[in-house]
Amino acid sequence: MGVGTYLALASVLFGIGAAGFLTRRNMLIQLMSIELMLNSVNVVLLAFNRVNPGNHDGQVFAFFVIAVAAAEAAVGLAILIAYYRIKKTIDTDAASLLKY
Amino acid sequence: MTSPGTILFVTTAIFAMAGGLVTISARRPLRAAIGLLVHIISLAGMFLTLDAQLLAALQLLVYAGAVVVLFVFVIMLIGPASEVGPIEGRFASRTLSLAVTIAIVLAVSTSLAYFDLPWGAPSEDFGTVEGLGMAIYSKALVPFEVVSITLLVAIVGAVAIARSRTE
Repeated sequence: MGVGTYLALASVLFGIGAAGFLTRRNMLIQLMSIELMLNSVNVVLLAFNRVNPGNHDGQVFAFFVIAVAAAEAAVGLAILIAYYRIKKTIDTDAASLLKY
Repeated sequence: MTSPGTILFVTTAIFAMAGGLVTISARRPLRAAIGLLVHIISLAGMFLTLDAQLLAALQLLVYAGAVVVLFVFVIMLIGPASEVGPIEGRFASRTLSLAVTIAIVLAVSTSLAYFDLPWGAPSEDFGTVEGLGMAIYSKALVPFEVVSITLLVAIVGAVAIARSRTE
């Protein structure tokens, strides 16, 4: 199982997340798609770190990605709740105030 | 001749892709959250094949233990409105974005699939709590402290944003 297999899988997972973010209009599912994309990046970092295991740089970077993703999820869901209070829906098509 | 690592990789890859597809295609957000949970747990198993034991544990703790539970809490808080109805119209932009994404992913993944580098020989403490902990606390101490401030700011910001405005 070469490193290319991991990279191909990570690109497929990133594509799944990107497709979900672009095609869905449910804000919750869009936030979950962002988590999918962040996770696929971690796979790439760990695979390259396994190729060059003399240091832990890739794993340290993946650690920070996990921490930032947790912060992003917390703030994103808080924004979702504030948005729901105003609009009574979480459809992102309803967020059109700045359009006009 | 298939090694246990290969079997684990193939199993977790299949479950990760299935979980991701369930996440983006589910009508009900709770099913999407369960798909995300499957995806995250199988990725934690895949981290084990890459000798990242501490990160596999962190993945389970932070993602499966905290992020997915946060999603489920928000779904429960919002209630029936968390299910957005079927998408109407806008077929052009949706089809176009899906097609572009699939094209890019096919191009990138097929060109990467045969890229190969020899795996290095990991040292005794590669990926363990001791090895990764030493790397974080010696080489990345300042970013580590900055991340703790980031998390604190995120907590305060989340409370400030989500708080009810009624006095």
